[in-house]
Amino acid sequence: MSGLTFTMLDTAKMSTAEIYGQALCGLGEEHPEIVGLSADLAKSTKIGAFGEKFPDRFFNVGIAEQNMFGMAAGLAKAGLVPYVSTFAIFTAMRGLDQVHTDICYQNLDVKMIATHAGLSFGQAGTTHHCTEDIAIMRSMANLTVVVPADGVETANAVRAAYERKGPVYIRINRGFDQVVYDGPDYGFEIGKAVTMRDGTDLTVIACGSTVWRAVEAAAMLEKSDGLKVRVLNMHTIKPIDAEAIERAVRETRRIITVEDHSVVGGLGGAVAEVAAGTGKSFSFKRLGVPDCFSIIGLHEDLLAHYGIDENGIAAAVREMMGKDFEADDDWEDEV
Amino acid sequence: MALTTEERRRLEDKAHELRLLSVDTVAWAGSGHVGGSMSAMDIMTILYHKYMRVDPKDPAKPDRDRFILSKGHVGVGYAPLLADLGYFDKELLREYNHTGSPLGMHLDSNKVRGVEASTGSLGHGLAIGLGMALGARLRGEAWKTFVLLGDGECDEGAVWESAMAAAHFKATNLITVVDRNHCMIDGPTEDVMALEPFADKWRAFGFEVIEADGHDFDALASAIERAMAATDKPVVIIADTIKGCGIDFIAGDYKWHYGGFDAEKLAKAKESLGLYHESRLAKGAER
Repeated sequence: MSGLTFTMLDTAKMSTAEIYGQALCGLGEEHPEIVGLSADLAKSTKIGAFGEKFPDRFFNVGIAEQNMFGMAAGLAKAGLVPYVSTFAIFTAMRGLDQVHTDICYQNLDVKMIATHAGLSFGQAGTTHHCTEDIAIMRSMANLTVVVPADGVETANAVRAAYERKGPVYIRINRGFDQVVYDGPDYGFEIGKAVTMRDGTDLTVIACGSTVWRAVEAAAMLEKSDGLKVRVLNMHTIKPIDAEAIERAVRETRRIITVEDHSVVGGLGGAVAEVAAGTGKSFSFKRLGVPDCFSIIGLHEDLLAHYGIDENGIAAAVREMMGKDFEADDDWEDEV
Repeated sequence: MALTTEERRRLEDKAHELRLLSVDTVAWAGSGHVGGSMSAMDIMTILYHKYMRVDPKDPAKPDRDRFILSKGHVGVGYAPLLADLGYFDKELLREYNHTGSPLGMHLDSNKVRGVEASTGSLGHGLAIGLGMALGARLRGEAWKTFVLLGDGECDEGAVWESAMAAAHFKATNLITVVDRNHCMIDGPTEDVMALEPFADKWRAFGFEVIEADGHDFDALASAIERAMAATDKPVVIIADTIKGCGIDFIAGDYKWHYGGFDAEKLAKAKESLGLYHESRLAKGAER
């Protein structure tokens, strides 16, 4: 387990990607068949730590993502387990044909750890923001899609990805994330949402950097408004924890999703698909980047701008709580 | 080592047999990529019947050589070759393209025994092959990876990303063959998107280039043997071929990238293939 157990102390000192790099080094020690690939972003994505530790097992392919994902497929076919890291935008778009056909279609053991996702590359601008990848990647058959909430969860996900057969996409941010978990032992399991706070008034379903914000908003709302808001960390977008969503619909009837991603087709879309299938009536709102190309700025500022920070979430909760959306409280007679 | 007369004869017979089976498969399938199948057939035949170490009874044998049909649309040429080797029952070819059949226009490596990679989106095969080759080297295994590219496919930028990387990583256990049949869907390659000076492009990317007549088994044998002995640079064999080779009303005509045969055309195609085979044998006898 060396190098795989991270605590709050580590997350205060290391960015999420740095924890990923260290976690992969630890995993690489245990499993000699793990190889690493990057496309001139070894330093930025922190997979470079693995490359320094295992230079023979690391391939920097230059700025050529299509070749990189194809090579990863070939390496997997030769019996190795490639971890591939570039920015989210280049994973989900520049190399997507190869990700789709070479990796997902052939159901290969390739783990894609994509960094600088969502709005986290704030000042780099819209060409480097990635607010479409969850929607794109969750439409790929065979692919597991994980959006960790912080560094500790990233370390858990990187390890779980190895144990899980087939392709995995892990989406992390640039830089530091707010600390959500103070240690790795909170029951992380791919496909299983983590209940961060229980509640019966409304459920906020979050992933990635919005989990911490949802928890903060819920705590604030309890103190100020006396609201009991359930918060789910839906770290796995695919396969999604349908049972947790169905329970939230049944027990709280009000659902707000929040993600550092477009409101089209991401976490909100995935939750809506499941919730709509329950046949129950419920109030629903998606928070995220509206259907537009994002503006440029600091990550924190952008989250506030699009209402996906603590204040935005709290405002959305209050608005929904203020709406009387049904006259009949008896759900037993519904479909 | 040069082919013996018997070996050449055996390969010519096999290629003829496979061309016939391929046109039958096109007829059973309703239609297919017949032009490219005919141009690639001699290359695939000599690889599988002379140089590659494979075991159709054990398709996942760890030390087998790998072949990737990067020009994945010529499944209708490749599947008959695999069936003939015994990877699966030849009868299955009669269901080619039929709904629910494991055999479709672009072969699925998870469904068809012997197929190493699911290809079809062009420009992917060289990267996959390079990954395999580097994987073999990392694991200290001696098997080789052969990738067959189409020439039109080389319009794809991804091919050149992989070429650059193959040279950078000195992947000499990767052997690239280009089926240079000079045609693509919309016309001759030089009209649609000029490839020439094609060999110079590969050289500039760090490859040793071997140019060979892709329908002459002696030339192919010597090219492949040179490629297999490479220790410095990765090798590409540019095999000069004829789209639709062996069928007179198709040969050299880009419009036959894809097509179908009715009973009359099928008979004509087979007759023409017979004549082509005879002329090849006659040429061989003169040597």
